[in-house]
Amino acid sequence: MSWVNRALKSPIGAKVMMAVTGIMLTGFLIGHLAGNLLIFAGPEAINSYAEGLRKFPALLWLARGGLLGAFIAHLAFAAQVTLANRAARPEPYAFNNTVQATWASRHMVLTGCVMLAFIVFHLAHFTWRVTDPQISAMGEFDVYQMALRGFRQPPVAMAYLLAMAAIGLHLSHGIASLFQTLGLNHPRYNRGVRFIGPVVGVGIALLFASIPLSIYLGYVN
Amino acid sequence: MKLKLHVWRQKNKSAKGAMVTYDADNISPNMSFLEMLDVVNEGLSNTGEAPIAFDHDCREGICGSCSLMVNGVAHGPQDATTTCQLHMRSFQDGEELYIEPWRAKGFPVLRDLIVDRSAFDRIIQAGGFISVNTGAAQDANAIPVRKLDADEAFNASACIGCGACVAACKNASAMLFVSAKVGQLSLLPQGQPERQERVLNMMSQMQEEGFGNCTNQYECEAVCPKQISSDYIARLNREFISATLAHPNTRK
Amino acid sequence: MKFDAKIPSGPLESKWERHKFDLKLVSPANKRKFEIIVVGSGLAGGSAAATLAELGYNVKCFCFQDSPRRAHSIAAQGGINAAKNYPGDGDSIFRLFYDTIKGGDFRAREANVYRLAQVSGNVIDQCVAQGVPFAREYGGLLDNRSFGGAQVSRTFYARGQTGQQLLLGAYSALSRQIGAGQVKMFPRTEMLDLVVIDGKARGIVVRDLVTGAIESHAAEAVILASGGYGNVFYLSTNAKGSNVTATYRAYKRGAAFGNPCFTQIHPTCIPVKGDYQSKLTLMSESLRNDGRVWVPKAKGDLRAPGEIPESERDYYLERKYPSFGNLAPRDIASRSAKEACDEGHGVGESGFGVYLDFADAIGRLGEGKIRGRYGNLFDMYERITDENPYKMPMRIYPAVHYTMGGLWVDYNLMSTIPGLHVLGEANFSDHGANRLGASALMQGLADGYFVIPYTIANYLASTKLEKVATSHEAFKATEDSCRSRISKLLAVKGSRTVGSFHRELGKIMWDKCGMTRDRQGLQEAIKKIPKLREEFWSDVKIIGGNEELNQSIERAGRVADFLEFGELMCMDALAREESCGGHFRTEFQTPDGEALRDDEKFCHVALWEHEGQPEGPATGHKRHEEALVYENVKLATRSYK
Repeated sequence: MSWVNRALKSPIGAKVMMAVTGIMLTGFLIGHLAGNLLIFAGPEAINSYAEGLRKFPALLWLARGGLLGAFIAHLAFAAQVTLANRAARPEPYAFNNTVQATWASRHMVLTGCVMLAFIVFHLAHFTWRVTDPQISAMGEFDVYQMALRGFRQPPVAMAYLLAMAAIGLHLSHGIASLFQTLGLNHPRYNRGVRFIGPVVGVGIALLFASIPLSIYLGYVN
Repeated sequence: MKLKLHVWRQKNKSAKGAMVTYDADNISPNMSFLEMLDVVNEGLSNTGEAPIAFDHDCREGICGSCSLMVNGVAHGPQDATTTCQLHMRSFQDGEELYIEPWRAKGFPVLRDLIVDRSAFDRIIQAGGFISVNTGAAQDANAIPVRKLDADEAFNASACIGCGACVAACKNASAMLFVSAKVGQLSLLPQGQPERQERVLNMMSQMQEEGFGNCTNQYECEAVCPKQISSDYIARLNREFISATLAHPNTRK
Repeated sequence: MKFDAKIPSGPLESKWERHKFDLKLVSPANKRKFEIIVVGSGLAGGSAAATLAELGYNVKCFCFQDSPRRAHSIAAQGGINAAKNYPGDGDSIFRLFYDTIKGGDFRAREANVYRLAQVSGNVIDQCVAQGVPFAREYGGLLDNRSFGGAQVSRTFYARGQTGQQLLLGAYSALSRQIGAGQVKMFPRTEMLDLVVIDGKARGIVVRDLVTGAIESHAAEAVILASGGYGNVFYLSTNAKGSNVTATYRAYKRGAAFGNPCFTQIHPTCIPVKGDYQSKLTLMSESLRNDGRVWVPKAKGDLRAPGEIPESERDYYLERKYPSFGNLAPRDIASRSAKEACDEGHGVGESGFGVYLDFADAIGRLGEGKIRGRYGNLFDMYERITDENPYKMPMRIYPAVHYTMGGLWVDYNLMSTIPGLHVLGEANFSDHGANRLGASALMQGLADGYFVIPYTIANYLASTKLEKVATSHEAFKATEDSCRSRISKLLAVKGSRTVGSFHRELGKIMWDKCGMTRDRQGLQEAIKKIPKLREEFWSDVKIIGGNEELNQSIERAGRVADFLEFGELMCMDALAREESCGGHFRTEFQTPDGEALRDDEKFCHVALWEHEGQPEGPATGHKRHEEALVYENVKLATRSYK
């Protein structure tokens, strides 16, 4: 399968893989978000959803495996592309300037790293439940209480909001970008595509952020 | 006008370079940027200092020789303009200007502001052509070409190969350059027979030359003096994906 | 000096066909034994190098630019002529031939021009096959437009960038051969001299512009396609690097120079602004399709153009040449502009400018249509002048643009040195005393794609050529003379920059040998130039040394040759006691100020022969004549009225 190897090592091949894994990860985020928003429907809704997820362990582990695979691939190709890109300009400019590149597009590595750190914390916080003894003591499916406990602590809520900002930025460039990378481009739809990135990215981030924010501000209790 | 210039000086390919500061006096706003440098060079020569070396030839924005980074922007602040067509009226009296060569692994500096862009030639040599020997052509009107396609092919073929896209790209990627040629030839009926080999060969040459990858920031199209759209990069991606899937082993 | 134009006998229409049959061929197996050097990578050089390599010859191609794609052919804007008669408006090979002969004021060879017209169609076919995106109509077929000096639409174009697109076509063909290893490309390499062994051109000496190394290359034949010498005027529309060195060095080695004084002054350029000006920018002649040229009727009228009423404007081209109007040929349009300005009607700060007004065309067709046709030219004008040509008329003035003169070649494009072939603007052959618009691209590509591949084979097949290596003493001697010339330049250590000498020479040439010439002025120039040359060799200042990338040395070498060549041009202009095409001697004009040819005495090509050692300055220049014989056209007074 040398052609696969060669394609994956090529600049466009690596980007295509990032786009494809990006789509998978974004899909996961949307699903995750939909579940999380059940918190506004009350404790039973979200807790039974959380319990429901575990009813089919095979499916769950398959999904988790796929997600992990996409995640690792996304990171690996990001590393490959970033290293090659850094090597392409050994000597920097004395005067750095940008004409039209967005902040988000120029800081994908930064926002990506923030997200990576956040994911580790988030898993430790709610999945492995090792960061907070109070949460560790709760029942496995009392997601509602875990969230209340977690987001009433200002530093935790802040950390989540910060992470959501990173997600919003990362996705707003990432989503717009994947259309370009996959060559899904036509003059008639380009204007629309240009909006999809920021709208979906920021939308996802805001909806996610609404949860810690409403808990912290006491709208959900 | 008076200006303060910070210019990259480097004796040769292997020497270490540095930014050196010069004063430029008696600059007319009607001068082109290169004429301003001519005046500075005339002054340097008169004092026995080596003039600043920079590439230039046609001075009308079409040969693609001139290649200066002015305050961090390839070809300077004016849209759709090469350095030779940039005029000093775009700047304020007393302004400080940083003038640097294109920076990329694929474009090593030869002296001062001159870089070696032969990597671009090698990318074209890898496949940026239609293989038709002289004399083998049929009548020019034998194959009609849809006007929209011809116009779009023209928009891409307007590329002057100056390398501003590489210089402006955070990743020193040559994707806009490659996409312009791939785009032009894939839009025309004459370019169809070699369509798939072309994109694969040109892309692998681009990679070999040490250019980076596109991260869709579109700085390239913002500085392109011929306003070549990054839509051609999307087209290039599409061409590459379909060529890879359809004929994975067609490569030189 | 012996020369023979080698024009084939027989009727005009079948000369080339018959000649092609008579030419000897080189068999495919033998082609790979031959090495051919091509100097220059523009339309002529690039197309020749690519085609010869396709045929199987080993080609070495040299250009001083950093890439073959940057040759100055790239700057041609308007278009390329071809006798395709796609619009069905009465064009034919004979009409293109006749227009070109007439446009050149009956100072070009019939046979060469006819062949040019014959292959013009093949050039378009070839370019389209290469993917050149010519303008098309909605039906998908090629579009044509009209151009100066013709009453049919035969000009193929790619917006205002036709030269670029054609050159990129030739460059792509060349690149294909470089990639295949059949052409070895030497960018940033400048030819310094020609190596002649046993009377035949056998190689060149070059300078690597990055390292300064002086090197030799041997071959069985040498092709010069190094372009024109318009930069002898310092200010011209040529690229800054365009120079006469390759052709002038060949001249000093024994190649005759044909009609060096024939210079084309292009009527539509952006006027000079200040003494810092480094070059002039052309606005395509195609603009005259829709623009109207005028000046105020009153002398020294300083009102803004919009404030000058219709009745106080002089649309002088339409007035003087009603049937061609604004599309009068270049030499005529240029001279008329000069006349208007010399009489005090000029506009703009300097008074050296005339209006090119699009108001009527915008009124008739709308701004959108005009933008579609000339958008890039209008943008370029605005970038340079900071004035919006959609709102106010452009100001234009003639500028040196093209040189019809060049190394003399026979029908096979071979110079008087056997083995030395000359193509494109570098030769003198097809445009007579004035070139029509959109014909330079046609000639460059015709020479490179469709003529030289046949004729060079004949030379190689019919000439006994011993193998020579660059270790041959002639190479060593030529290298030494190049090195000593550079050392001599560096040793001057004077006080004036190369640029200041070039400007001074340019001023002499423009004043005395420019748009109009007269005996007294030319004689003055012939006195002044040697003095300037002497001063150059005793007071020029070059910073740095040879073994580095040193742009001062590059320029110094080129200017040194211009300083010799300028004198030759003036001598030619002085000797040609008539006016024809771009060569306008004020002593020879009709009562209404048109060029007055003297077909009795000057219906010939002037060939100049260098006298003296090739290494040193000329001890003299000797003039020879090749009579022009017109069997198919009648010598007429050129009239565009």
